[in-house]
Amino acid sequence: MAFLELQNVTKTFGDHTAVNAINLTVQKGEFVSLLGPSGCGKTTTLQMIAGFVPLTKGIIRLDGRDLSNVKPAERGLGIVFQSYALFPHMTAAQNVAFGLEMRSIPRSDRDQRVRDALALVGLAGYEERFPRRMSGGQQQRVALARALVIRPQILLLDEPLSNLDAKLREEMQIELRQIQRNLGTTTILVTHDQHEAMALSDRIVVMNKGDIEQIGSPQDTYHSPASAFVATFLGKTNAFEGEVQVAQGGISRIIVGDHVYTASAHIKGPVIISVRPERISFAKAGLRGTVCTRIFRGNHWLFQIKTIAGVATVIRQNDGTSMPEEGHDVHLVWREEDTFVRANSKVG
Amino acid sequence: MQSSSPLFLSTQTRSAWGLILPSLALFLAVVIIPLIMTVMLSFHDWGQYKGIETVFILKNWYEIWSDSYFHEMFARTFRIAVLVTFITMALGAPEAYILNRMRAPWKGVFLLVILGPLLISVVARTLGWALLFGGKNGVVNMALMKIGVIDAPLPFMFTETGVVIALSHVMMPFMVLSIWAALQKLDPQIENAALSLGASQLTVMRRIIFPQIMPGLLSGGIIVFSLAASAFATPAIIGGRRLKVAATLAYDEFLNTLNWPLGAAVAVLLLVALVIIVVSSNALIERRYKAVFE
Ligand SMILES: Nc1ncnc2c1ncn2[C@@H]1O[C@H](COP(=O)(O)OP(=O)(O)OP(=O)(O)O)[C@@H](O)[C@H]1O
Ligand SMILES: [Mg+2]
Repeated sequence: MAFLELQNVTKTFGDHTAVNAINLTVQKGEFVSLLGPSGCGKTTTLQMIAGFVPLTKGIIRLDGRDLSNVKPAERGLGIVFQSYALFPHMTAAQNVAFGLEMRSIPRSDRDQRVRDALALVGLAGYEERFPRRMSGGQQQRVALARALVIRPQILLLDEPLSNLDAKLREEMQIELRQIQRNLGTTTILVTHDQHEAMALSDRIVVMNKGDIEQIGSPQDTYHSPASAFVATFLGKTNAFEGEVQVAQGGISRIIVGDHVYTASAHIKGPVIISVRPERISFAKAGLRGTVCTRIFRGNHWLFQIKTIAGVATVIRQNDGTSMPEEGHDVHLVWREEDTFVRANSKVG
Repeated sequence: MQSSSPLFLSTQTRSAWGLILPSLALFLAVVIIPLIMTVMLSFHDWGQYKGIETVFILKNWYEIWSDSYFHEMFARTFRIAVLVTFITMALGAPEAYILNRMRAPWKGVFLLVILGPLLISVVARTLGWALLFGGKNGVVNMALMKIGVIDAPLPFMFTETGVVIALSHVMMPFMVLSIWAALQKLDPQIENAALSLGASQLTVMRRIIFPQIMPGLLSGGIIVFSLAASAFATPAIIGGRRLKVAATLAYDEFLNTLNWPLGAAVAVLLLVALVIIVVSSNALIERRYKAVFE
């Protein structure tokens, strides 16, 4: 049975639906990310799980128990807020100890657990510091230690890394993942950063305007997006305008500009074909185009190629082979399984 | 860099001096000089028939020092100020907290309700209290007597209680504003953070909110205390001539008794006492909260 279960969970503010009848199950020990653009209802969902925002409709169960009438204080969840929400008038140790005090853990035991928690997040020796005297990354760690020390059933993280600079964020991602793996704490992370979601999660929940668009592993959501929204939101993608014609024997003919190939498409007529930049390669034949820009990025090359189906972005690994130069004509090809085909509503 | 000697001021320094000179002169003329003159005045002699004599004696100061009338009056002044400070703190803190939690349209409306009185003259506000509670003809007293809750009018005019209540009302906006400013700095999620860690609503108030608005409460306290101790209009109207505080006494000495030197001594003593109290409590607060709130 699922550890955490959201059934038909809905939240409306006035006539605005922030979260629209979503269903989600999370297994024990799993790391799940809620990913989506700003305002799609991620925070609202998290706050409903935490118990700060009442549900308009639906039910949330934790370990089989209905949470409707359980106060936030009694849910036993650890939460790290986007702003950290540390208690500024308490030292790091006092911040971390607060949850244990509320649980009436005896003093000696408490001190030990506070020290352990701070050491776990790499802050041994910072016990007596006040939050104002700590860097953003350190504050974030205190917030994490404060949430973890109560041994929460579920750890809820609301964009905890968004205030950190790129380098620190990457370090914290690795650390967060390691801590979560070691402790085995069920974790739900809210983020609008697709890289973060992919780097950390077992499963990603892609949200858009209060709906769940797709739930799947990072690889699944990236390689086989369930919708156009997921395809464009998760990483860069090329969208070529084309057409699907049904040929004999159920096989379809796909036409993109001057490139024609056969594939098993499930629709016909005008379509948009999405292909990831790194899944396009150069060949002798295929979609013809001209290299307009070529950018060297160290481990890879980034090309902008003008074709009659639109400008294509192509990424090629820097594996030592010679690459076409600016102004050269090239042909682009891709594998059928690397494409995502959808109807083009603008045409026809 | 710092090569220009004081005698050869750089043009920049000179133009800076030129810019602040007018305001400096004005400040000197309307604040510092009268202040020095008041201090000097307090050492002069005065007699019913000879008027002010420009000599240097400690007569006025000795009179204040030895006469229990002045002790009582200063004790009353500071007792009223302390009570007003505590009352505004006790009422202002919840008021500011509730105000801060209100939603968009109501927040603005009630902020205006609280700050609105600042737009009305203190005299008008205090007279309002006098109309409500002034003797037999006070509206509230009349009503209460009519329905038989009380037999005699509630004593309000010319009582210390009356002055304290009316002054608390007058000073409330300053306290609310000061606490409100501290509340604004609070992380909006901080209560949720404490709740999620297992705290009860009461614990959140006591352990999380209260310590954080403490600096606002204390600085509001300093403002209210010094304004209440030196208040004139409210004690003058409610307290009248029977219940004097330092400010009304100094006023009377100047304008009724015409004993300017004694009035000056009272005024200077009030000023010095206030400066000492405010500066030292401010230093105390700053030292206490330095590590926590920069
Ligand atoms: N208290 C509220 N009252 C009214 N509308 C709200 C309230 N809280 C959230 N909303 C609305 O609900 C929608 C979802 O908000 P939510 O905070 O969940 O977004 P989010 O996905 O967390 O976005 P972000 O990435 O910007 O944090 C938004 O359109 C927001 O304006
Ligand atoms: Mg959010």
